[in-house]
Amino acid sequence: MSKLKPEDLAIITERIKRTMILREGTGRAIIRVHMGTCGIAAGARTIMNTLMNEIESRNIKDIILTTSSCAGLCSREPMITVEVQNQPPVKYVDLTPEKTKIIFDKHILSGEIVKEYALAFGSERVP
Amino acid sequence: MAYRCNALLCTCTMCVSVGALNIKSKLEEEIKRFNLEDEVQIILTGSSWLCTRGPTLIVQPDDVVYQFLKEEDIPNLVEEHFLKGRPVHSLMYHHPEDLHPIERLQDIPFYHDQRLIALWNRGIIDPDEIDEYIARDGYKALVKVLQNMTPEDVIQEIKDSGLRGRGGGGFPTGLKWDFCRKNPGSPKYLICNADEGDPGAFMDRSIIEADPHSLIEGMLIAAYAIGAEKGYVYVRSEYPLAIKRLDGAIIKAREYGLLGKGVFGSDFNFDMEIFRGAGAFVCGEETSLIHSIEGEPAEPRQRPPFPVEKGLWGNPTNINNVETLSCLPRIINFGAKWFASIGTEKSKGTKVFSLAGKINNAGLVEVPMGITLREMVFKIGGGIPNRKKFKAVQTGGPSGGVIPESMLDLPIDYERLQEAGAIMGSGGMIVMDEDDCMVDIARYFIEFTRDESCGKCSSCREGLDAMYEILTNICKGNGKEGDIEFLEELGEATINASMCGLGKSAPNPVLTSIRHFRDEYVAHIRDKKCPAKSCVDLIEYSVDQEKCTGCFICNVNCPTNAIIGEKKKPQTIDKSKCIKCTVCLELCRFDAIKVG
Repeated sequence: MSKLKPEDLAIITERIKRTMILREGTGRAIIRVHMGTCGIAAGARTIMNTLMNEIESRNIKDIILTTSSCAGLCSREPMITVEVQNQPPVKYVDLTPEKTKIIFDKHILSGEIVKEYALAFGSERVP
Repeated sequence: MAYRCNALLCTCTMCVSVGALNIKSKLEEEIKRFNLEDEVQIILTGSSWLCTRGPTLIVQPDDVVYQFLKEEDIPNLVEEHFLKGRPVHSLMYHHPEDLHPIERLQDIPFYHDQRLIALWNRGIIDPDEIDEYIARDGYKALVKVLQNMTPEDVIQEIKDSGLRGRGGGGFPTGLKWDFCRKNPGSPKYLICNADEGDPGAFMDRSIIEADPHSLIEGMLIAAYAIGAEKGYVYVRSEYPLAIKRLDGAIIKAREYGLLGKGVFGSDFNFDMEIFRGAGAFVCGEETSLIHSIEGEPAEPRQRPPFPVEKGLWGNPTNINNVETLSCLPRIINFGAKWFASIGTEKSKGTKVFSLAGKINNAGLVEVPMGITLREMVFKIGGGIPNRKKFKAVQTGGPSGGVIPESMLDLPIDYERLQEAGAIMGSGGMIVMDEDDCMVDIARYFIEFTRDESCGKCSSCREGLDAMYEILTNICKGNGKEGDIEFLEELGEATINASMCGLGKSAPNPVLTSIRHFRDEYVAHIRDKKCPAKSCVDLIEYSVDQEKCTGCFICNVNCPTNAIIGEKKKPQTIDKSKCIKCTVCLELCRFDAIKVG
């Protein structure tokens, strides 16, 4: 690595922004793939891979992808919960890679909820 | 490749000593077994949190924290959390009172009241990765200083911020820099004092281990302000991991052109090196430290002239503590006004403490100045373990003093602690409970300073020796009337006649414990009793004849066969054989062993 110039700091920051956002937990949106035993059996791993590919191929830095456990509706797995900042979380059910791509395009990138795949708005109430 | 999950494993000295590296290999193995290598990344961080609960692991972006990890926990943890997204509750921090697992890091009370300035990057970056430091606004302050500020501007900014030396003395940092800059001598030197010698203190080590670049950037800013081109970090050899990480960080900074000639392409030159001290307590004193770097015996000399006038090799030398220097990047980035808005009237900003002793959450804590001792011990520290009663807290290590329960609402700042007879010191805080004997604690600290005294001043050399002898006699039951007054007189004399900070502060633990716990001294001397039941020569073991069921467990296990009696009948203790080893006390299930 050659000697840095002041403007190089911003370039380095941009390059590893995704890692730091992940660590600080301050993304624009959080996608939770439900990976309980039921989810895994129904193909949640494929959904996870699809999402990872989308994020990777479009070089998106401020979206957090994470796993969560069974959401309680095992018959409608694979499921994801999408939480765009300052909006209520949305659960999507019976997913396939194709549906997932549409959701990624419309909801996560453009903020438009895909009603036909959505189960409900919000998360369960916790005490 | 982007990872979706970061597993931040604490690899500070303490966590490594309890097996953090084995946890790392086990984690790698399990992550591979579930084919998650492309999704989960393991990051080794510096000290991140509750240091007595290691090895600890923080999982982001979920903000989940695990403690007391063992190798056998890892397969389940990886499968449940990393694969299936179900955090493992049994490995989480549990609330000390209701024993409820707390999932998120930020919800743990230990964290809640902390405010991180010096520890800005703790546990969030890999200390070996300079790019991660840069991504957290690293070296931005240096650019600001080099491009937009003159050295005088920097000094004024630090003066306005109200930053005071974090090594113990509390001297205003900006003022010290000003003296050094205005001194005509050349070349000037900058020294970072990382010779942390107080028993139970580990702030400086943790800062260097977790975030060495904050220190390097702070040193660059300080060097620019005073006009130094050469800097030393004086670290003790007992800190091998800190030395290794700092060394690696210096090499990376040189590669990036942040150290050396023409920093960031400007005409400012600065380079630094690590000087490894041999671990003498007196080297924390600045003139001894300078002598040590020069290759002379580590002994203090008379001040003035102060190091800013005549320091290393006779040249103006500015000495700052690790924590002071590590605050600088944030002060420059966020401004003096921001820093001055935190803390009390005369003590600004935050202070790092290492909380140790009889406390639930021992560890590294950074809090705003002015927080009360009560909040520190009971809120952040989580109270005293085993439902014992709080007795006192020792601040400032062997140079500080004890503060009793009646003064728990004292706000922590330089002046208030001084009024109470203690000092801020570098920030060690040792909590004591009802089982700790204050005379014995004072004896322990005097034994330490007596060993570490360099012997140059007779007041310190002989005074501490004499005090140690008297305290030992009192603990053995050989104290006599007048001992307390004599200790006070000796203490005052040692303070007045010694040259450096070691002798001037070493009697503090004795003087403050006499001030606040005089009755304990009296009980030892007059009644030959130790109220805390800690001094073995002053206690006796006996068996409560009514409670003893004759279960025989003590009789069988007594190492000296001092317990006599028949089975199923109350036992007795032969006091001539009893060595007070506490075995019977710990084994008895009927609370029948009496100590008194």
